Amino acid sequence: MKKYTFTEKKDTRSGFGAGMAELGKSNPNVVALCADLVASLKLDAFIKDNPERFIQCGIAEANMIGVAAGLAISGYIPYATTFANFGSGRVYDQIRQSVAYSGTNVKIAVSHAGLTLGEDGATHQILEDLAMMRAMPEMTVINPCDYNQTKAATIAVADYKGPVYLRFGRPVVPVFTDADQKFEIGKAWMVNEGKDVSIIATGHLVWEAILAGELLEKEGIDAEIINIHTIKPLDEEAILKSAAKTKCVVTAEEHQLNGGLGDAVCQLLSRNTPTPVEMIGVNNSFGESGTPAQLMEKYGLNAASIVEKVKKVMSRK
Amino acid sequence: MELQELKTTASQIRRDIVRMVHACQSGHPGGSLGCTDLVTALYFNVMKINKAKGSDGYLQFSREGAGEDLFFLSNGHISPLFYSVLARRGYFPVSELSTFRKINSRLQGHPATHEHLPGIRVASGSLGQGLSVASGTAYAKKLKKDDSTVFVLMGDGEQQEGQVWEAVQFAPHYKLDNLIAIVDWNKQQIDGPTDKVMNNRDIKAKYEAFGWATVDLADGNDLQQVLDAIAKAKQLRGQEKPIVILMKSEMGAGVDFMMHTHKWHGTAPNDEQLAKALEQLPETLGDY
Repeated sequence: MKKYTFTEKKDTRSGFGAGMAELGKSNPNVVALCADLVASLKLDAFIKDNPERFIQCGIAEANMIGVAAGLAISGYIPYATTFANFGSGRVYDQIRQSVAYSGTNVKIAVSHAGLTLGEDGATHQILEDLAMMRAMPEMTVINPCDYNQTKAATIAVADYKGPVYLRFGRPVVPVFTDADQKFEIGKAWMVNEGKDVSIIATGHLVWEAILAGELLEKEGIDAEIINIHTIKPLDEEAILKSAAKTKCVVTAEEHQLNGGLGDAVCQLLSRNTPTPVEMIGVNNSFGESGTPAQLMEKYGLNAASIVEKVKKVMSRK
Repeated sequence: MELQELKTTASQIRRDIVRMVHACQSGHPGGSLGCTDLVTALYFNVMKINKAKGSDGYLQFSREGAGEDLFFLSNGHISPLFYSVLARRGYFPVSELSTFRKINSRLQGHPATHEHLPGIRVASGSLGQGLSVASGTAYAKKLKKDDSTVFVLMGDGEQQEGQVWEAVQFAPHYKLDNLIAIVDWNKQQIDGPTDKVMNNRDIKAKYEAFGWATVDLADGNDLQQVLDAIAKAKQLRGQEKPIVILMKSEMGAGVDFMMHTHKWHGTAPNDEQLAKALEQLPETLGDY
């Protein structure tokens, strides 16, 4: 097992903020919009350096999406920012008509996705957004795993022309990817090559997959770990290649089992090389209040659950 | 284009509308006819647009429209009007109007950019979104120090959408005085008179309360009054307030049996009704 270490923990949303600060300096067409959550989205540095390129929209997300579409039509690269809950389901129709169907170059950049939003509870813990955005034609869906990857993704999507849903989170988590990484949309990252099982993870579950890989190694199981930061378009080649080698797959995401990464992987495999799959995710329920760690444990979204599912799926080979 | 020529153009556009809706037996003639004078006036008299033509002989269209006045149709169901105006203005062949709402057409049921029809800048049809998009372009024009004007047309039934009021709040906050909205106040919507379906009361007072400058247009089917109202609205530019024209219009205007009712909001005429409608609308520029 390749060794991963970290010297600090940071929130992925701060990676977004750092990416925006850099874009503020490097790309004069980037504008930021926010629906009354500037501090949560870590936009302070961007706003300080580029006050004229920041548009406070107030608590009016539907209008924010439309304004972003208008700015995109005019040649700007707008990043419309809020919590994932308010930047997906609440504005699905606005994104559908004014952004995706209209092909406007809008980046919907959303924080506080999933259970790890924590104490605010289920009203804010969106666990369906990847499914919604995956279903939307012509939408690119990205869910990076740590501070550095989020920063890199934030910068990379400015150079991609088209609608993007960029999802990140609230809690501090280990920073384990390279600070100077090149982010390629749609390209899986091979975290660890192995031969017994493929663990395909996204977002906060990638670090948990690494921890699981270390635990499995002690039991003589050689896990391949793949980070899928781009849910759509999916890196089909990387997944098929891995499944062909290991003959069994565990998917892991901070999202409903319905419609997320696991579903995408199952669809791909069943169409090509039917392979046993076990899925880690929230099983058709809402979240609740609690600390991020408590919630991830209660809902089975951690390394221990991955280990369990690996053993189960290997027995199905 | 001056008044008399605008009138003859509007007559042809009304013919196009009823013929298009008849040909596919679907679409929305009522609001299209009611807004014909306004949109004709905008494209053939008021708006500053790029008049350069491409090698195909049609107007060159840039989606961004730098230096041009922009028009957004938020109530996208009156697409027959929008398509006829764009074709007659020279953005694409008039003959293409015959493909409206048919398979493999660029003229989708509601306006779309997806098939790259020149003249369309954003999809519309799901109501309530156009003012937000128009506000975004008006904001962008301010950033780029582009002094042109952004127009957006909405329905009065559409004013029932919550997003409209988010945008009504946004535009004055950012002093978008380069934005001229028009509300088609025909007091009809699909299910009946607007007052009965969902009374949206005094729309003018609401816009004023949100910080807009307002212009009354007593008869949106009188082209001279339309031109005067737009001129007045343009004079109100530069005063740090967005402007709204409250246009009283008659759904179905120009075709007697389509007027004074909501019945023709989304109903196509049969052969006999088409003939009766066309008798009232002189063919001035040649049918497509």
